[in-house]
Amino acid sequence: MVLLLQIRINLNKIMKLPVYLDNNATTKVDPRVLDAMIPYFTEDFGNAASRNHPFGWKAEEGVDYAREQIAALIGANEKEIIFTSGATESNNLALKGVFEMYAEKGRHIITAVTEHKAILDTCKHLEKQGAEITYLHPAENGLLTIAQVEEAIRPDTILVTIMFGNNEIGVLQPIREIAALCKKHGVLFHSDATQAVGKIPVDVVADNIDLMSFTAHKMYGPKGIGVLYVRRKNPRVKVTAQMDGGGHERGMRSGTLNVPGIVGLGKAAELARLEMDSDTQRIIKMRDRLENALLTMEESYLNGSKEHRLPHTTNISFKYVEGEGLMMAIKDIAVSSGSACTSASLEPSYVLKSLGLDDELAHSSLRFGLSRYTTDEEIDFTIKCVTDAVNRLREMSPLWEMFKEGIDLKSVQWTEH
Amino acid sequence: MAYSEKVIDHYSNPRNVGTLDKGSPNVGTGLVGAPECGDVMRLQIQVNPETGVIEDARFKTFGCGSAIASSSLATEWLKGKSVDQALTIDNMDIVEELALPPVKIHCSVLAEDAIRAAINDYRVKQGLEPIAEEKSHH
Repeated sequence: MVLLLQIRINLNKIMKLPVYLDNNATTKVDPRVLDAMIPYFTEDFGNAASRNHPFGWKAEEGVDYAREQIAALIGANEKEIIFTSGATESNNLALKGVFEMYAEKGRHIITAVTEHKAILDTCKHLEKQGAEITYLHPAENGLLTIAQVEEAIRPDTILVTIMFGNNEIGVLQPIREIAALCKKHGVLFHSDATQAVGKIPVDVVADNIDLMSFTAHKMYGPKGIGVLYVRRKNPRVKVTAQMDGGGHERGMRSGTLNVPGIVGLGKAAELARLEMDSDTQRIIKMRDRLENALLTMEESYLNGSKEHRLPHTTNISFKYVEGEGLMMAIKDIAVSSGSACTSASLEPSYVLKSLGLDDELAHSSLRFGLSRYTTDEEIDFTIKCVTDAVNRLREMSPLWEMFKEGIDLKSVQWTEH
Repeated sequence: MAYSEKVIDHYSNPRNVGTLDKGSPNVGTGLVGAPECGDVMRLQIQVNPETGVIEDARFKTFGCGSAIASSSLATEWLKGKSVDQALTIDNMDIVEELALPPVKIHCSVLAEDAIRAAINDYRVKQGLEPIAEEKSHH
């Protein structure tokens, strides 16, 4: 304890506690992004739709430039960028917009059980409107197969929506192959690429993506601004607007443009395009070091495919340690756990459960999300802190003792409460 | 969630973590809870057969900070009490002492269950009837 305290004091000199490793939730705004945004609050504050004076023209210029920066990151044309408030809105617009626009063609949509709630809950909403949804189940490593998607496609399928990289486990789906399959069958393909854009190369042309959602605040941009990419050629895709108003964004999303946010997203996209390779090289080394160190502990397990994964994410379960107790022990590290346990009724992560993890393992999992700001010192500290916490809690855990005695915990008659 | 200072103290410096010989006739062991519910407590008491006084108490708990604190506190309270006195420990006493929020009351209930289970295990070993599950928790 004294030693740990000493380490803490020493580390405080070179790094700030708690260590932020929850970058899949949100990232810090890059100071260069903030610098780009500031003039659009106080000087060039015009409405981008104002055509009659320089205030509007300046704002529009800023937006046009950002559109180009964003389009360049994903290989799109700038006219295919529809600004929204974030990925949740983009997902809603994509699914509801396609369902309404293409209702005559069919009512069947294919998705996966590991999608984000913004997809799953939108699908539930559409089911009430008469949509039929097929929910694919990935394998234990979190991956879907092309064959699974192909089997699910029907003549009345209008849309397949599969996320690029999973927010909890970082698993990357075979997007290019799934999208090519959809193209072959004449079905639109949408991807929630919130975690992938800016982190790994995404190219809507090479990847055959028709619609794609992403957001600024996962790539060092501001919160409150996102994009729905909507393909204009081969095929020309249309979505029904979900908000009525001034007909902005080619009539697909009304509302005065969030000019500073858009400018910030543009800058973030440009930085991502230029620095992705060097960032990834550094981040992946730190991620692997963290992961390897934690996996040397007995009864710790990596969740999801090791190979097909985002470079900045790792998700590990520590058996025989309870999740909330673990979180309390590592309060100097900001991470997410596999359970939303703020009440007596624990709810383990549905993503982890869908991989076949039991509730226990799902509860005792930690998601680490690194960023371009993560340092080697922070990773050292995290390894030590998590290792000590897991060891200490296991010393206190009757389950660990029983495991060590060779007792099969499944054979024990537990008293449910 | 904000934990009370007492919960943090018991969690950071748990009292009486450990294992007693469960085969001994003077040791009562209570194992309550279930892994999938996120709480398992094992509480053990060692009773002086002459005096009926609890001479030692140990616990191991798999659970959140409040569960660990509840069982740690329970062992502190058990030591030096007679078995009969131990039965009067009420989960609400634990709630009060640790200032547990409503969502964590189940931790105190579990600690009380563990005390009763340990006492019953001891009683059965001594050839006595187990105490009936009479009361409903607060």
